[in-house]
Amino acid sequence: MSAPTLEPFVKLDRLRKSYGGRQNSLLAVSDVSFDVGPGEFVSLVGPSGCGKSTLLKIVAGLNRQDEGEVRIGCAGQPFDPARDIGMVFQQPLLLKWRSVIDNVLLPAEILGLPAAESRERARELLKLVGLAGFEASRPYELSGGMQQRAAIARAFIHDPKLVLMDEPFGALDALTRERMNVELRRIWQQSGKTILFVTHSITEAVFLGTQVVVLTARPARMAARIEIVLPAVRDLGIKTHEAFGTYTRRIYELLGMT
Amino acid sequence: MGSAETKPSANGVGVADIAEQPPGVAGIAGPRHPGGPSYAVVAFCGRHWVAILVHVAFVALWWEASRYVPRFILPSPAETIATLWVPRYNWPRHVVATAIEVFGGFSLAVLVGVALAVVFNWWPAVNRATMPLLVTLNMIPKVAMAPLFIVWLSYGVGPNIVIGFAICFFPMVINTSRGLAEVEPDLIDLVRVIRASRWQIFAKIALPSALPFIFSGMRVAAVLAVAGAIVGEFIGSDQGLGYLMMSLQATLDTPGMFMALALVTLIGVALYGIVILTERAIVPADARVS
Repeated sequence: MSAPTLEPFVKLDRLRKSYGGRQNSLLAVSDVSFDVGPGEFVSLVGPSGCGKSTLLKIVAGLNRQDEGEVRIGCAGQPFDPARDIGMVFQQPLLLKWRSVIDNVLLPAEILGLPAAESRERARELLKLVGLAGFEASRPYELSGGMQQRAAIARAFIHDPKLVLMDEPFGALDALTRERMNVELRRIWQQSGKTILFVTHSITEAVFLGTQVVVLTARPARMAARIEIVLPAVRDLGIKTHEAFGTYTRRIYELLGMT
Repeated sequence: MGSAETKPSANGVGVADIAEQPPGVAGIAGPRHPGGPSYAVVAFCGRHWVAILVHVAFVALWWEASRYVPRFILPSPAETIATLWVPRYNWPRHVVATAIEVFGGFSLAVLVGVALAVVFNWWPAVNRATMPLLVTLNMIPKVAMAPLFIVWLSYGVGPNIVIGFAICFFPMVINTSRGLAEVEPDLIDLVRVIRASRWQIFAKIALPSALPFIFSGMRVAAVLAVAGAIVGEFIGSDQGLGYLMMSLQATLDTPGMFMALALVTLIGVALYGIVILTERAIVPADARVS
């Protein structure tokens, strides 16, 4: 496990977070520290309810940690918390009263980006996620997988430097999910963005990530950080390769599942 | 002209036509009316034939029953409608007065109700302080306050608008409040990530997601508004269909009372129809609260 040679873009330092009162407080995140280099794809994997989402919300600035520090940005890539985060949730969270393209444009509107350019960019993003021709459709006219693609396009509309994904494919069926994995990998490579991806699927974490951070259950404590050395261009066949199996086996062991 | 559009083209090969459309788009487009307005009427009757049939049957039954019952108990539909041509009833004046009261009370309640719910949503402290009182006040039967309103405001169109307002106001506040409170928290997080202002969250997320609830309140209010106006006219008024009914009752003019009742109902149906059509125009089908 080599330390990243680049200056980290995201640095989490001994994060700690608990919920509830003093009496029966629930420790959600304990002592989590790791670095994410610019342009990296880091998967956070761990059992359900282990505090992964809390961790992501702290990075997003939606929750406040009790202790520890989050630092985002580095010399080459300054970070503006309002503009430089895109987020994808488990649910697509598309606004029912807006067309697909107007949903994608929501962050651009809120940030006050130039309308015409944003619209052009939204069209390109919809093409990138395979939704060309559905600009004017309403969300209910799309399947679950298509809605989630629109949500991914929306997360990219304001060209954020960091994209946070909280189990974005958790609600999809297995086959759609695998297809989305391949596409997300392609989108990430084309965009060059830094992605933090929460999942409870070990194969998904290994398939997508340049690094996998393994978290144990409640509180989320870091079990390991594993660098994934696999070919840059990955298809689903790679899941049957021996190296892939070695990584997943190792993570199962770390989670005490073997 | 409508037939020309629907007719398949002379050289039309069905498969080729379908292949040209982007995949998936063909299936998800809503129903289209290929013809003109006459087609729309036929389509409407086709969809609602049961409802239409039941209404026709009801009028037929009424007509038949009226043959066996004295006129002052149950006039026939023809006798009822005939009153429309009798000038002494002064229908236009009374219809206009009642319509103003119904629409006035309703509109006022929608405006004030939504505005107050927005204030509650914006300042939760105001909500906590005021809501319990509103719930208690809501328990007062509003029609029972009508005599008081007349003491306070004298009688006429104005006080009757206030009575309609008092009845419609509560469903508007309560529904709108619920709609604003039940916005999915994740939707708000979605824009909080990019530091959306409170106003942006309200205007782009909260208010549009509350619209189905606002319309469900308006549907309830539309029905209540008519009752409010009529009760006001019963108690103290010198015009309006409720006033007319009271004065016709004195002479046992049942056909006239039936006609007044029918016209009151029509005003209510018109208001309800406007609410439904507006809702259809601006709230997507899957978001409506039934």
